[in-house]
Amino acid sequence: MKKRDLVIIGGGSAGMAAAIAARKKGIQDILILERGSETGGILLQCIHNGFGLHTFGEELSGPSYAERFSDQIRDLGIEVETDALVLHMDSERKIIYTSPRSGFVTLDARCVVLAMGCRERPRGAIGIPGTRPAGIWTAGAAQRYVNLDGFLPGRRVFILGSGDIGLIMARRMTLEGAQVLGVAELMPYSNGLSRNLKQCLEDFHIPLYLSHTVTDIRGHHRVSSITISEVDDNRRPIAGTEKAFDVDTLLLSVGLLPENTLSEEAGIELHPRTRGPVVDQFLQTTVPGVFACGNVLHVHDLVDFVTAEGYMAGESAAHYLTAGLPQRASVPVTAGEGLSYVLPQRIHPDALPDTLTLSCRVLAPQRNVLLAVEKDGKLIKSVRRPVMLPAEMEKITLKKTEIEGVRESLRLRILPQSVCASPDTAK
Amino acid sequence: MYDILIIGAGICGTFIARDLSRYELKVALLDREDDIACGATMANSAIVHSGHDPEPGTLKARFNLEGSRMYEEICRQLGTVFRRCGAFVASASDEEDAVLDQLFARAQKRAIPSRILSRSEALQDEPHLADGVRRVLDLPTTAIITPWEIAIALAEEAVLNQTELLLSHTVTAIQKEQNGFLVTAQTGDGRQRMLRSRFVVDAAGVYADRIYAMAASDVPFAITPKRGEYYVIDREEHPLVSRVIYPVPSAKGKGVLAVPTIHGNLLIGPSSDPIEDKEDVGTTPWGLDYVQQQISKTVRDIPFHKVIRSFAGLRPSGSTHDFIVEEARDVPGLFLAAAIESPGLTAAPAISHYITEELIGSRIDLRPKKEYTKRQPPTPFHQLSPAQKNEWIRKNPVYGHMVCRCEHITEGEILEAIHRPVGARTIKGVKKRCRPGMGRCQGGFCEPLVAEILCRETDVTMEELFYMQDNVQKDIPGERRDNR
Repeated sequence: MKKRDLVIIGGGSAGMAAAIAARKKGIQDILILERGSETGGILLQCIHNGFGLHTFGEELSGPSYAERFSDQIRDLGIEVETDALVLHMDSERKIIYTSPRSGFVTLDARCVVLAMGCRERPRGAIGIPGTRPAGIWTAGAAQRYVNLDGFLPGRRVFILGSGDIGLIMARRMTLEGAQVLGVAELMPYSNGLSRNLKQCLEDFHIPLYLSHTVTDIRGHHRVSSITISEVDDNRRPIAGTEKAFDVDTLLLSVGLLPENTLSEEAGIELHPRTRGPVVDQFLQTTVPGVFACGNVLHVHDLVDFVTAEGYMAGESAAHYLTAGLPQRASVPVTAGEGLSYVLPQRIHPDALPDTLTLSCRVLAPQRNVLLAVEKDGKLIKSVRRPVMLPAEMEKITLKKTEIEGVRESLRLRILPQSVCASPDTAK
Repeated sequence: MYDILIIGAGICGTFIARDLSRYELKVALLDREDDIACGATMANSAIVHSGHDPEPGTLKARFNLEGSRMYEEICRQLGTVFRRCGAFVASASDEEDAVLDQLFARAQKRAIPSRILSRSEALQDEPHLADGVRRVLDLPTTAIITPWEIAIALAEEAVLNQTELLLSHTVTAIQKEQNGFLVTAQTGDGRQRMLRSRFVVDAAGVYADRIYAMAASDVPFAITPKRGEYYVIDREEHPLVSRVIYPVPSAKGKGVLAVPTIHGNLLIGPSSDPIEDKEDVGTTPWGLDYVQQQISKTVRDIPFHKVIRSFAGLRPSGSTHDFIVEEARDVPGLFLAAAIESPGLTAAPAISHYITEELIGSRIDLRPKKEYTKRQPPTPFHQLSPAQKNEWIRKNPVYGHMVCRCEHITEGEILEAIHRPVGARTIKGVKKRCRPGMGRCQGGFCEPLVAEILCRETDVTMEELFYMQDNVQKDIPGERRDNR
């Protein structure tokens, strides 16, 4: 069996950043396994701009952003096997993959970075009633057809879900000549970034139906119409509120799911909220020597944060391979009132870095609140947030001095602004 | 002039076509859809029932029992999957216990292997039986199959033996002539075709009564579509149930079942709603709610959060409450395989044998062909050892290119599905034959790749592949796109 020091599963933005960081930390034997025919992952079909504001201080298209990293991968001489799909990984980091070039290969990896990204929730997972004709796609699949295959998959389009890909595809389909009749969102607020709501819907006069869902799909071979209904507070459709649209296409942007089949096979503990691996401050999963970054860990809204996370995973992997890392993180980091999750979920109190950045998301939109940190049950820090949206990942950075000596837990929570118990330290 | 024209390429039509293809006859198999097995054959519980259930004296009882004894050998010959997983019928009340005893007695009388197990005995094999389950009837000969795989295999073998396959042909009229029938069909591209045949077999599923009505002034039966809705649950490391779990049947039918599938998914359903529209295969919130509520009586802990798909099928339910398998009384030469609702899949080979050998055989001389070509099953790539797989990939690198990452389907397997006899021409056709898109992402990643391969290999455009001619404005003004 072949042995490799570091195998990175996935050559998208997370995997490439991890590889670059690990190489810069001196790891020579690196293999990226990429299922596509080139590196770049989903960025390759995201031809709109807006990528790289944080990383490069400029707005790039997805392929341009990816190219900057693909170039580095090449210049650093990092080995990439394309058209390679990992079929299995076990808890000993034994990896089985297949590719046209190498056939079926079994590898023994000393260290693994998981960077498989995420997939879109399909229709079946949300159980939209009606028939099953052609013309129902996830927004990402439609994006691929339009941007990579030069095929406009519909002419009269409705979109369910106001996630970012859905919003971007509303604009994209419109620009390509299709008519987008509307976007329905189950929640009373949008799940996309505010800038996308403005630039992709408002600017094109595409109506957004909040608190609505698709309650019927008709059509034999091809979609012929859909029906939307308003929903009540329990998100159940309200009879009598039906509106029908004659469309040939329904696009779905109803959530992203981290792609963790391999992680599950390897016995890695997954978090019920993020649906990604439970990790410590080094982004190490519950299987030693296996790290995770990017959308396989938790779904991001900005690629810049994916890149930063990838760098961190790559550096951690290098540490693991050269000096070793502490095992069994003992202190849980938990999401309190108002938050859906916090990452990392565990920390090693004896190996704290100079600064520790926590990522989190709110469960529902919040105005004028405090994002507060409790150490062993005591409030140690809070930052003011005029607006917090589920669609926008929040980060809070803690200094080593602030959390030193933590024993029981770190807990993040949302507080009403009036309950400001400590000096406001808003960034 | 055909000797026999079979209308409907579902499980009955394809069995009949294959069985007739053994003889020196000119046979055509016709269907309105663009592939084999697009109706009830595609959307059912995929079970070979042991035959314990149908009322004594019915055709259902006879053909179910006969069919269940034929399947294993048929699947072996065709090279299709067959797994004898067994079944439990679970009772949860005094009344149900009484019915269970009747079913047991019936099974014994029909020489179907069976026994009654106590709750604690049953739990050893099926730990997820619901709390209310008191006793079960164990039916170890019950099996699971992939119905459309069998129908496609049968159609392949029929075509290999000179059966003519007429897909996208919708029958619009049937005229009785001196020595046969004149059948008018509308083709997918809008042409009208006149087909002459000495005999006609009506295996048209929910449309069997309409087909009959084209040939006769009076139709002695009616077919009501009975809609059955199902959930498909993602594969799991440890399947929830290892055998079929039936509730005790009621007047409404077999009830809502939990069925392990050949490919490791769990099927929950069906509901049972008589409807009028013969086309309405739409799922409904109430139908699926009913399924969830009913299954809780027999199986607990069903992971409904892992549902990857729901679907509905229409069972052709007959007004006579039994199969109608006969030569039409007032239309000599028209043979009926009508009202083939549950247990129709199990019964199909026996129905076909009866129609072919006894009904048609009594009207026409069945001379066996000298040479009969057997179907070669597709490469069982999944079952090869790693070394064998490497050998395959070396010879043919397309087998190293994974197209479907959920179900691990290679480009090589997809090419084979397209280029076999009765090859796939649609996305669904590829999915039926080798499964890309059946996994947890439901084609989100692989569909564009499959579409690309289909366009390349069968010389169609994306617009054609996605039925964009039917009801989609063809061109965008001022724009010309090259979609190949």
